[in-house]
Amino acid sequence: MYANTTFRNWQILKNITIYAVLIVLAAVFLFPLVWSFLNSVKTPPEALAVPPTYLPTRIVLDNYAELTTYGRGGIVRRITNSAFVAVVTVVGTLVLSTLGGYGFARFKFKGKNVLFVLVLSTLMIPFQSILIPLFVMLSAVDLHNNLFGLALVYITFQLPFGIFLMRNSFMTVPQEIEESALLDGCTSVSVLYKMLLRLVLPGIITVAIYAFINSWNEFLAALIFMTDQDNFTLPIFLSNVRSGLYGQIDWGALQAGVTVSIIPSVLIFLLLQRYYMNGLMGGAVKS
Amino acid sequence: MASHTMTSVSEAKKAKQTTWQRQRSRTGFLFVLPTVLFVSVFFLIPLLMTAFMSLHDWPLFGERTFIGIQNYLDLFGDRQFIRSLDFTARYTLVITPLIFIVAFILASLVNRRIPFIGFFRTIFFLPVVIGLGISSLLWVWLLNDQVGIINKILLDVGFIEKPQLWLAKPDVAMNVVIVSVIWKTVGFTMVLLLAGMQAIPGELYESAEVDGAGYWQKMRYITLPLLRRTIALALVLSVIGSILSFDQFFIITGGGPRNSTISVVYWIFNNSFTYFKMGYGAAMSIVLMIVLVLLSAVQLFVLRENTDS
Repeated sequence: MYANTTFRNWQILKNITIYAVLIVLAAVFLFPLVWSFLNSVKTPPEALAVPPTYLPTRIVLDNYAELTTYGRGGIVRRITNSAFVAVVTVVGTLVLSTLGGYGFARFKFKGKNVLFVLVLSTLMIPFQSILIPLFVMLSAVDLHNNLFGLALVYITFQLPFGIFLMRNSFMTVPQEIEESALLDGCTSVSVLYKMLLRLVLPGIITVAIYAFINSWNEFLAALIFMTDQDNFTLPIFLSNVRSGLYGQIDWGALQAGVTVSIIPSVLIFLLLQRYYMNGLMGGAVKS
Repeated sequence: MASHTMTSVSEAKKAKQTTWQRQRSRTGFLFVLPTVLFVSVFFLIPLLMTAFMSLHDWPLFGERTFIGIQNYLDLFGDRQFIRSLDFTARYTLVITPLIFIVAFILASLVNRRIPFIGFFRTIFFLPVVIGLGISSLLWVWLLNDQVGIINKILLDVGFIEKPQLWLAKPDVAMNVVIVSVIWKTVGFTMVLLLAGMQAIPGELYESAEVDGAGYWQKMRYITLPLLRRTIALALVLSVIGSILSFDQFFIITGGGPRNSTISVVYWIFNNSFTYFKMGYGAAMSIVLMIVLVLLSAVQLFVLRENTDS
């Protein structure tokens, strides 16, 4: 009896310690996000105060309003730009990786393995090292400084992951389902469209999440390809707010912009966490 | 058609089957064709073009001239390139073990079945989904010597006596960038390690406990050996990411102070898109590519081992 209670007391003590450590660490991890948000709802003079205040004395949205006045079209235009690039990237990546994943999973044809290795080998070469010729090529066809051109490049960066994941998704669908439909005289396209898409939906969601988050967040390629302020994506726009392109650096407005850019990725992650984690495990661990 | 009726039934079936197969193989090829076209145009051609450009003097406008391997020879005389290599290597060597240690501690902490543990896992992972560019714009404010909250907190708890200029000294600048990147990326490594830890059968620990093994012995003889491949994978991925770093230095330090935090990708960017020496930038890209391909080969090797087990 006695030994049992000391053991239980020890267990409780241990759990309390673990929770205490976890809570402190969670506070450390959340602190940058919380303070960025708090700074964004201060009044503009308070957001620039030296030394800074911890909590806003008054909660206002002036910093957000301020962002709508920068450059032509303000932040709204750049949110639209980023959203356009993200949507085109998501749609393009989904179409290509669904078709390609199906082709690689279910068909036999000459050169299939070579082509599959070719697609996956793009993972070995960092995109950072081919940006110079991409810039030259896109300039030659007037697609640099063009949001659609940027999306085409993003789709290519997403393809190895998308193809790999969709191929695996199609491979888990029992072949009999398809065969009976094909015997009934359905074409491959209608089988894919009418039956299989529903079955590989989890894979489709995962690919879409990654295509969205990666294109929404991407910095270097957008910085290089978008030379006209009107076409800046959100991160490039904000990096110019920070370097003072639109006048004195306004830290409150900058943090308002940071908050705006964080929200979509965080929301998508929180709502679709399961699909996100499946992608992480499928992409990084398996091969 | 007439000959068709004359052949035996089984032969007709065979013929039909091969046409069907031929058709199917053509359909399959058509399905993967768009992807192959994309990869060819936006990856293969640029790849070959990088090599081609690296042999030229290639300004943004005007004549480009073939200069053979001159760009590569110039690399040896480029002091900033050598400095960037040195800086990127130092940065990688410092940040990789730090990310690993922090991730390992976090993974051990959240690898237990207690209420609300999912909540804590989510919070530690959350910064991973934020872009590195965006998180850098957040940290450049946190670290600012006048309006930044970090100085304010450290002053108020008496850790420092006057506001620190975090970005004014080369070593300090690198270290604060490292802190910001650990915050942003450690959740990824944590999840990898957590998945590895959860794959270790609980019975192993139970029988070790029966034999009287303590925490460190279990770590030394069970956890670490069984996590070997996951750890290798986490380290390789982290090394690759660090070697390719750009956003955090472009935004937080601007390469300063005195050009001390210009990473290799940053120096390629400056040469290609600020000075418009694109041929020279391409030559540096080829060097970077070779390093990364070697690292990816290591990664594949690690993963190959993984599938065997």
